[in-house]
Amino acid sequence: MASVSLVNINIVKKNFPAVSQATEHLAIIDFNLNIRSNEFVCLVGPSGCGKTTLLNIISGLDQNFEGEITIGSASVKSKIGYVFQNPRLLPWRTVRENVELVLDRFQNASLIDQLLEVMQLTKFQHVYPERLSLGMSRRVGIIRAFAVNPDLLLMDEPFVSLDPPTARQVRDLLMVLWQNRPHTVLFVTHDLREAIFLADRLIFLSAAPMGVVTEITVPIVRADRENDQAIESFRQKLLNDYPAIKQLL
Amino acid sequence: MSLRKIFLSVFSLLALLLIWQVLATSLNSYTFPAPMLVVKVFWQACLTGQLPYHLGVTLLRLIVSFSIAMLLGCAIGIALGRKRDLDVFFDNWLVVFLNVPALVTIILCYVWFGLVESAAILAVVVNKLPNVIVTIREGTRTLDQDLMDMAKSYRLSKRKIFFEVIWPQLHPFMMGATRTGIALIWKIILVVELLGRSNGMGYQLHLFFQMFDVASILAYTLAFVAVIQLIEILILKPLDQRALRWRR
Repeated sequence: MASVSLVNINIVKKNFPAVSQATEHLAIIDFNLNIRSNEFVCLVGPSGCGKTTLLNIISGLDQNFEGEITIGSASVKSKIGYVFQNPRLLPWRTVRENVELVLDRFQNASLIDQLLEVMQLTKFQHVYPERLSLGMSRRVGIIRAFAVNPDLLLMDEPFVSLDPPTARQVRDLLMVLWQNRPHTVLFVTHDLREAIFLADRLIFLSAAPMGVVTEITVPIVRADRENDQAIESFRQKLLNDYPAIKQLL
Repeated sequence: MSLRKIFLSVFSLLALLLIWQVLATSLNSYTFPAPMLVVKVFWQACLTGQLPYHLGVTLLRLIVSFSIAMLLGCAIGIALGRKRDLDVFFDNWLVVFLNVPALVTIILCYVWFGLVESAAILAVVVNKLPNVIVTIREGTRTLDQDLMDMAKSYRLSKRKIFFEVIWPQLHPFMMGATRTGIALIWKIILVVELLGRSNGMGYQLHLFFQMFDVASILAYTLAFVAVIQLIEILILKPLDQRALRWRR
């Protein structure tokens, strides 16, 4: 690999022990993934395959697994930005206060201003989340994650259940933001078009116990990705070249 | 509030006064004084300083015992709500304490610790504490795990998690415990004072009872009701409005 890996994920085994009626569930087995600095990686896999479990392990929320996760240099405590499927904003804090919450006392006000500007939320910064649409809430979630200037940005299907135009708008905004401020991103989705539009590299995952089926580098240059035709023809080519992928979508 | 609503509430108060006046006039009894007499007694008791003194003493006891009960109750309630084993262990204790009659606790405190101020405060606290614990425990059980996960993944400090994530979620339960707490405590305090203190509202009511001085009893009661209403309007309502300003 040309550049040094920033993120090394090595999960030997993750299982959920049997509880009363439910039997033991083996979620992940032998999962390895290295991500380069500022690389945008999309995980594509069927729902229920353990993607959220994986993100919870990487973020440190779930420490009950066999394996090892290293993010950046081991000496410095890594910073994670996590964009959840459900935006998880505190309803009693305004948009801006929600972003400020995750920052230190010596926070960078102008950074928040810029992020709000790019995500087109400047006008709504003093509004409480209850008054926001789902698309807007998701944008706030993205701002919050970028605001901590994370070593690794985790995104768990952040555009799911948005109507297509809104999803597209938020996706475009995310790209603008990411190109202005490159970060290492691990993005979970089950939408192949979305993945091709966003990713440098696609990782296809199998159903539980989760493992890597195949990984593919997206050859389309960023400038051409606005072109739906280019995305669609690459998608068709992928499905023809790797019939196994079809079952995963 | 609409004009109609204001009119209705003023009218209902006047109606109550009128019924009282009519009854007092028709009964014409020493034990059923008219409103004007009660007001006069109230005014005199204020002038002599008797009423403000005894009311103040009772309020002080209320504040002290209420604060202790709330602080302890919140701490224990949160602990029980978050730790299953603790909860299972202490659940029986709670059931016992919830069901011990207030009078029993008061008598036992006086018998064991003597007729002293700390025994009085302890009796009130022991009466109120299980209530607060149960309410806050229920609140803690409903805490949103998604928000907790968010806070943890962003590595928020313990202090921030408590004050910014947990506390606002407990607020409605806190306010519930506060309102029922004040209502419960002030009733218990009067009994505590009646049985073993030589000042405070309860003590005074005891004296008036022995002299069949109903006008004074009513005057003190009105003063107390007014104070509790003021606490609600000046402290609790604004707290509510501030904490819930984000609601649509």
